[in-house]
Amino acid sequence: MTTAPSTAPVQLPTPRPQARPARRAARRIVRRLPVWLLVTVLLVVMLYPQFWMIMGSFKTQTEFFANPTWALPEQFNLDNYIDAFTRGNVGINYRNSMLVTLPSVALIVLAGLAAGYALEIMIWKGRRQVLLFVMGGIMVPGQMILVPLFTVYFKIGITDSLLPMILTYTAMGIPLTTFLMAAYFRAIPREIFEAATVDGCGPLRSFFVIAMPLMKNSMLTIALIQFFSVFNDLLIALTFTTRPELATIQVGLLSLSDQYGSTQYGALFAAISINIIVLLIVFVFLNKKIMAGLAAGSVKG
Amino acid sequence: MSRVFGDKKTILILLLPTLSIYVLLKVIPVAWSLGLSFFQGNTLRGFEFVGLDNFREFAGDSAALNSVWVSVSFAVIVTVAQVTFGYLLALLYVFVLRKGSAFVRTAVFFPMVLPTVAVALLFKSLIAVGENQGPVNDAINAFGGESIEFLASTAGTMTIAVIMTLWSSMGFYAVLLYTGLLDIPEEVVESARMDGATGPRLVGYIIIPLSLPILLSSIIFSLNATLKVFDSLLALNNGGPGTTTAPLTLYMYRTAFEYAEYGYGSTIALALTLLCLVFTLVVFRPSSKRVED
Repeated sequence: MTTAPSTAPVQLPTPRPQARPARRAARRIVRRLPVWLLVTVLLVVMLYPQFWMIMGSFKTQTEFFANPTWALPEQFNLDNYIDAFTRGNVGINYRNSMLVTLPSVALIVLAGLAAGYALEIMIWKGRRQVLLFVMGGIMVPGQMILVPLFTVYFKIGITDSLLPMILTYTAMGIPLTTFLMAAYFRAIPREIFEAATVDGCGPLRSFFVIAMPLMKNSMLTIALIQFFSVFNDLLIALTFTTRPELATIQVGLLSLSDQYGSTQYGALFAAISINIIVLLIVFVFLNKKIMAGLAAGSVKG
Repeated sequence: MSRVFGDKKTILILLLPTLSIYVLLKVIPVAWSLGLSFFQGNTLRGFEFVGLDNFREFAGDSAALNSVWVSVSFAVIVTVAQVTFGYLLALLYVFVLRKGSAFVRTAVFFPMVLPTVAVALLFKSLIAVGENQGPVNDAINAFGGESIEFLASTAGTMTIAVIMTLWSSMGFYAVLLYTGLLDIPEEVVESARMDGATGPRLVGYIIIPLSLPILLSSIIFSLNATLKVFDSLLALNNGGPGTTTAPLTLYMYRTAFEYAEYGYGSTIALALTLLCLVFTLVVFRPSSKRVED
């Protein structure tokens, strides 16, 4: 650290030789002070609202009325959580979200992987045009397809299930996934597939035994991107929730807020806190993968 | 070799399922929706061909024009804010915190994965819990200010919506731009430093030009996401007060599914699609040229 910037915040008088290391450390601390202050403010802004929400979820109805909203709960009672699960249907909402999200993500990833292989590794006339045709769907908003889909789902009588959501999410996820998969396949040296052919492995077999294992990381990345975009969707879920038992987490939270938001704060606070806590646990284990995955997805997109 | 990779059967097996889902559930509905925008009515009432009436109605519908304004202003303000804050955070991670940035990076990113409705309800509660005012106004009072009823006014609701979106997604843009900054070769920055470039000048002349491609793709990504904003404005204040903060997406949803106006709803959806297209082209055109240079 010999090249200290000329704008040192403190000017100290006549240096005494033995004080030099201590003084340098002090100057360093003073110089770092604004940074630490900034980081502290940043972390408070990011974390306090979540902490406040979780603390609020332990409060009783009387505490909400009697104490200021920033006060800590008087005791940790779990009544609100019981309320959220029994009357608020949080458990059913979570189950629905998983029943919709997991099959959709699996379908999106598999369909995109197969199409990416067919469009990038296989060589045929018109594959560029087909890729462009599929990519055209990336920008189309969900609103543009909902009315016809709603009509058709109603006609074939599947609106009373989670199937409309799964089908719609799959269709919505395919364009971006196909595009990303094709881009990832482009990065793999063709020689790998050609060598397999020389060894007598047909192109369909090399899709399963070579492409799939090679693309494991890319599949995980895309699965994460799609997981969060399906899990956090409200528009499609709201359109196809024909009765409360089909509500996903997002829809469930919204109706919970409509029903109890202005009277029973506890249950709502608990329902929101459950989301924060569950996702925090998932995030602690997967944060590197999630952060890298979501970032990679949007750069290519 | 090309004969093997041109095998028709393999192509069909791998491509057909994807392509048929895409065509059946996306392409045909888009075309269908396009057609519907020339009709009035719904499935129960029947449809009536009205030509360009829906488009004329849209041009004179103050609620529709207001929702276009809400969508566009929200998208522009949030995009400018979140890319700026994200970039500043990325610079903080790379040049100030360096190796020690992992915890801050993770903590600021986390709200991105929370359900948007949960975030909106959290912010709604920070403003007010039923009749009681929330910590935000408590803090304003502590500094001697008057309590503000944010959600009672259009400007207040939009302010909260922007802050809320920023809170939940700036960490994501920070990570995105951070990975871009890490790709800048160490030697370039070092040699610029030796030539005497420090602080703002180093950022302005070296770092920003070198990270321009990722900056532009962040802007496109952000515009595309914010133009489609639906959940946060719906959950925060139900598009209110009145319908003054209802974006185009919400106006379309209500027209089509609450008032069962499938035809007019499709017209609004088309307007939304065109809006996304125009924004992407406006950003993409000059940017792709500049990147190639």
